[in-house]
Amino acid sequence: MARIIVVTSGKGGVGKTTTSAAISMGLALRGHRTVVIDFDIGLRNLDLIMGCERRVVYDFVNVINNEASLNQALIKDKRCENLFILPASQTRDKDALTLEGVERVLNELSENYDYIVCDSPAGIERGAHLAMYFADDAIVVTNPEVSSVRDSDRMLGLLASKSRRAEQNQEPIREYLLLTRYSPQRVKLGEMLSVDDVQEILSLHLLGVIPESKAVLSASNSGNPVVIDDKSDAGQAYQDVVSRYLGEEVPHRFIDEEKKGLFGRLFGGKA
Amino acid sequence: MPSNPSQNPNPAAIELKSGSITLPILKVHTADIADIDQQLQQKLGKAPEFFRNAPIIIDLGELPDEQKKTLDFDALLKTLQGLALAPVGMRGGTADQQKLAQAEKIAVLADVRTESSPEAASDKKPAPKRAIPPPRPITATTKVIDQPVRSGQRIYASGGDLIVLAQVSPGAEIMADGNIHVYGPLKGRALAGVQGNLEARIYCSDLQAQLIAIGGNYRTNEGEDDSLKGKLVQVYLQDDALVVESL
Repeated sequence: MARIIVVTSGKGGVGKTTTSAAISMGLALRGHRTVVIDFDIGLRNLDLIMGCERRVVYDFVNVINNEASLNQALIKDKRCENLFILPASQTRDKDALTLEGVERVLNELSENYDYIVCDSPAGIERGAHLAMYFADDAIVVTNPEVSSVRDSDRMLGLLASKSRRAEQNQEPIREYLLLTRYSPQRVKLGEMLSVDDVQEILSLHLLGVIPESKAVLSASNSGNPVVIDDKSDAGQAYQDVVSRYLGEEVPHRFIDEEKKGLFGRLFGGKA
Repeated sequence: MPSNPSQNPNPAAIELKSGSITLPILKVHTADIADIDQQLQQKLGKAPEFFRNAPIIIDLGELPDEQKKTLDFDALLKTLQGLALAPVGMRGGTADQQKLAQAEKIAVLADVRTESSPEAASDKKPAPKRAIPPPRPITATTKVIDQPVRSGQRIYASGGDLIVLAQVSPGAEIMADGNIHVYGPLKGRALAGVQGNLEARIYCSDLQAQLIAIGGNYRTNEGEDDSLKGKLVQVYLQDDALVVESL
């Protein structure tokens, strides 16, 4: 039985797709059979971030409508044999998703994979709702910024009330906080919310802090999930996140300002 | 309830139990439907989500007999349904009004003061499973919430008090017919005594609420007064004004 993880946020542009790509690649590199699904019908991005946009023949909506089988739609990643991608449709919109269709696809995937990562679209409407409905774990991606925190809070409320686990009174979805685009210098200057400030509002288990990093843009441009770039701070932060998710105790890095010496500036990942 | 095995081959299919359910009772004091409509709309406007499709009992017992006879029960029903209320029972009406109620599949309930009509009594006997609400709620239940109340969530403690053991986020709404206790930061809205109980109070260990209200009297917080932040406070209504004092 697969563990279904939803990467969601409410707010747009906070780093859900970057995180979905990084975490699914991270899990696959550790030997777990992983599939990552793009739920953003009509505005698909996961295929670009994963670098497989030229290999998309069939997509999620085709499978739901029985126009193609799962095997025809799934794209095997060229870098890691444990990782598969199920892209979204670009021509249709979110009304093409149905609860029964999504359930059927997830059930079929559950038999063959250890982890299913669902990349949620922004917002709280149908696409986001379907992405989180069947989840076992939720990674709530938040920027240390007031509107993102409030939207994440709203999403947490929905996770606690409108998911299948909530409706069937099962054990609730395990919620994790992932702070992205964190800048310790700005926090020190008092310009940005700190980890503690965010925790005071959200009170969630902190899965990790991803620093603001140029490596993220380079990664999406090259179509390689940033977690592969293990020289960069963001890449290392995502590796820590995967370790923590799998249960290891890893101290939080990138929360405090680093003092970089000459070597650090030459060989470190951020300028 | 006796079960006869020979007539009922599957004895576990149903259970007939008596219980008590607390329901809002609409006591009518005038035969003027327009008046009733207007005042109801005002009251419902204070907690519209709670009252949507809410079951309600119509009590005509307070009306003097002459007014009772002139009250257009059909118009009253249509008014209530128009306000998205669901009348489930009535009491205290004339025999004609009771017939109308039954035709609309609305239960006719025993009135505590006047004797119920013979037709109503005989109709009640074969249906004992319809729970007859007591004239006043005998026990008030308390709702306890131990998870954070997130933005956009609404909690309503009907017929009693509400106790929240975690934080209430900005954008969340907590409501109770009775008192509200929040043992955590209260940053959302808290409305106590929503059915008109002006004696209700709000207790909070860290009051940063966007809005507090007792029995419909509300106050917003524009952030001017931070002196009570982090302190245990009590909010109550005195002479129509909200008083916030530290304990």
